[in-house]
Amino acid sequence: MKAPKRKIKPEAAKKPKLAVFKFTSCDGCQLSLLDAEDVLLDVVDAVEIAYFVEARDRRLPGPYDVTLVEGSISTPEHIEQIQEIREQSKFLIAIGACATAGGIQALRNWRDVDEFVRIVYAHPEYIDALQTSTPISDYVQVDFELRGCPINKYQLLDVVTSLLIGKQPRTPTYSVCMECKRRGTPCVMVSRGIPCLGPVTQAGCNAICPAVNRGCFGCYGPHEAPNTDALGQHLEDLGMTSAEIVRLYRNFSGYADAFRLASDVYEEMMA
Amino acid sequence: MTTLRIDVPYMARVEGEGALNIIVEQGEIKHLELNIFEPPRFFEAFLRGRHFMEAPDITARICGICPVAYQMSASHAIDKILGIQITPEMRALRRLLYCAEWIESHALHIYLLHAPDFLGYESAISMAADPALRPAVEMGLRMKKIGNALLATIGGREVHPLSPTVGGFYRAPAKNELLALKSELEWGLEASIKTVAWTATLDFPDFEPDYELVSLRHPDEYPMNEGRIVSNKGLDIPVEEFEAHFINDHVAHSNAVHVYHRDHGSYNTGPLARLNLNLDKLTPLAKKALAETGHSFPSNNPFKSIVARAVEVVLAYEEALDIIEHYVRPEPSRIEAEPRAGRGCHITEAPRGMLYHRYELDENGLILSCRIDAPSAQNLKRMEDDLWAFVPQVLALPHDEATLRCEQLVRNYDPCISCATHFIKLNVVER
Repeated sequence: MKAPKRKIKPEAAKKPKLAVFKFTSCDGCQLSLLDAEDVLLDVVDAVEIAYFVEARDRRLPGPYDVTLVEGSISTPEHIEQIQEIREQSKFLIAIGACATAGGIQALRNWRDVDEFVRIVYAHPEYIDALQTSTPISDYVQVDFELRGCPINKYQLLDVVTSLLIGKQPRTPTYSVCMECKRRGTPCVMVSRGIPCLGPVTQAGCNAICPAVNRGCFGCYGPHEAPNTDALGQHLEDLGMTSAEIVRLYRNFSGYADAFRLASDVYEEMMA
Repeated sequence: MTTLRIDVPYMARVEGEGALNIIVEQGEIKHLELNIFEPPRFFEAFLRGRHFMEAPDITARICGICPVAYQMSASHAIDKILGIQITPEMRALRRLLYCAEWIESHALHIYLLHAPDFLGYESAISMAADPALRPAVEMGLRMKKIGNALLATIGGREVHPLSPTVGGFYRAPAKNELLALKSELEWGLEASIKTVAWTATLDFPDFEPDYELVSLRHPDEYPMNEGRIVSNKGLDIPVEEFEAHFINDHVAHSNAVHVYHRDHGSYNTGPLARLNLNLDKLTPLAKKALAETGHSFPSNNPFKSIVARAVEVVLAYEEALDIIEHYVRPEPSRIEAEPRAGRGCHITEAPRGMLYHRYELDENGLILSCRIDAPSAQNLKRMEDDLWAFVPQVLALPHDEATLRCEQLVRNYDPCISCATHFIKLNVVER
C-alpha cells in the first residue's frame, strides 16, 4: 500500500485570501461555489482558498480578505466562533437563508427547544443547543448579505468578482414580481389564484417558482419595503386560512423581521 | 509502532462537521469514535403540523448535496398515503431526475472529494494545479455540470429543486428542453466510461470486511425510486418492514443517530452495496465498463466504492439518454388528491444509500409525526466498525499517513454529516 504525502498547490504571493465557514445549515450554499463548474478553476487561480473544509484539507490562519459564512448560529460554541471569524475577516459575507435569517431550523424559535430535543433524540442530555437559531448579523457586523435558500451562484460570483476589482457589490432589492414581469410569466396569483409570496420577497432567484406553476414561498426573504398587510388581505381573499398564511411565511426565511411579524399577526388571529 | 493517537478535529472533504478520535496503546485500540458535532436541526420536530405538500420542500433542506433524494422519498411516501398512482410518464421523469442527482453528486465525490486521497493531494484544488491532472479535474467538473444542467431543467434549479412534488411535478419539461441536453449527455457518457477505467487504476488497500450490504432491489431495473430491501445476508423484505429490522440508537458522542440491523449489527448502504446486489441490473455500457476494469465484483472492499460510484455514473448517463429518447411529457404533470388520514413510508436510493421516510397524516393533511433515516446515519456505525478493523493495518505507517488512511476510509462512504444529524427517532428502542 502506497502512502503518499499530500501535495499542496503552490500559490503566488499576495493573492487575496478567501475563507468559507459553516454553521448550522445543509451545505447547499457553499456547494453553490463548487457548482460554478465553468469558473471554479479560474476562481481558485484568482484567489487563495485559505479555508474551505468541505473542499480541502489545508487550512490557513487569518486574516482573510473575503469570508463567506454559511449557516445560522444555534449552539453556544457558535457565538464564540463567529466573533473570532469576524476579527479575522476584512469583508464578511453571510450567504443563504440560514446565515441571513436563521434558516428553516429557526422554526424552533417559536417553540420550546427542549421539547424538540426530546422528540428527536433518545438522550436529550447529550444535546447542546441554543433556544434559538438566528442570523449571523445578530452577533457580529456583516458587510454583505447574500439571500436565498439556496443562494444564486451567479450572484455569489458577481459579489466575489466585485470585491476583487474593488467595487462595492450590489444585488437587487426589489421584489420577485419584477423578475416575473421580466421573464414574461403571467402572475400566478392574479390569473390562477395561486397564493404567492412574490410581492413581498426579494428578487434573485429569477422567479423560478411561478415559472413552474407554483407560488413563491419566500426563499430570499423580505425585500426592501414589503407590504405584508396588502398581501395578507389578498391571501385572505383567495380563501387562505390564518393557519395556512402562518405556514406560508414560516419557511426558510420565516424568522426575517417582516415575515416573522406578519406570521405572528396571523398566529394571533388563529387563537 | 504500537502507540497511535489520531485526532482529526474537523474532517475535510466531507459534507458537514465531524471529527475522528482514535487512541491506540500497546497495539490495542483503547478509544475510537467518529464524533458528529454538526448541530442538530430538529426536522422531525418542526415538520409536525406542516402540510403534506410542504414535506418535499422542507426535507430537501436537510441536505444541499442530495435534495432530490429527500424530495423523492417524501413524495413517494405521501403518494402512498393519498392513494396516488403516478403515470408511467411521471415515473420515467422521476427516474431521470434521480439520474441527474446521482451524476452531480457522484462526480463531485469522485473527482473533488475522494480522488485526492488516492493520488496524494490535499484537495482537487491542488490536483488541478498539476498540469498532468488538471484535465481530469476539468473532466470531472464538466460531468458534474451536465448532471446539474439536467437537474435544473427538470427541477428548476440545481440545489433544492422546486418542481418535484407529491403526485408528480409542478411542471414537466417539454421534450425539446431535454433533447437540448442530449449531446452533452453523450459526451458525459463517454467521459464516465473513461472515469471507470481511471478509477480502476487507483491503488486499493487490501481490506474486505464481512459486511452486511443492504440496498433496494427491483425486478426490472437498477434501484432508484422503488424496490424491496435486500442484503447479502439473506434479507428480502418490503420497505414497510424497515423499522422492524433496523433499529436506531442515539450515542453519547454524536448529534446523529446510529442505525443498525436487528440481527447483524452495523451494515453498509450506498453505491458499493447497490452494485454488489444489483450486478445483473446494470445497463449494457455500465456492465461492460465494469468488466473491463479487471476488478472482480461483488467486492467488499470499501475503497473500491469509487469504482462503484463511477459505474453508477455510466448507468445514470446511459439511462438518462434512454429516458430522454423515449420521453413523453406527462399531461397533466401532477395528480392532485384530497387529504386523508393515514401512515405511509418509502425508501429511495440516495447517492449515499437508502433514505427512509415515514409520515403519519391527519384528515386535514397535516403531519402528525415522521421519521427520516438518512443513509449516512445508517453508515455511521459501519464506519466506526471499519475503523476498528482497519486501524491495526495502518499502525506501521508514519502518523500522518495513518491519519490520512483512516480519513480516507471514512470518505469511502461519502458521508454527508449534514444529513446524518437531521433526523430523529420517535421510538426509543430498548437494546
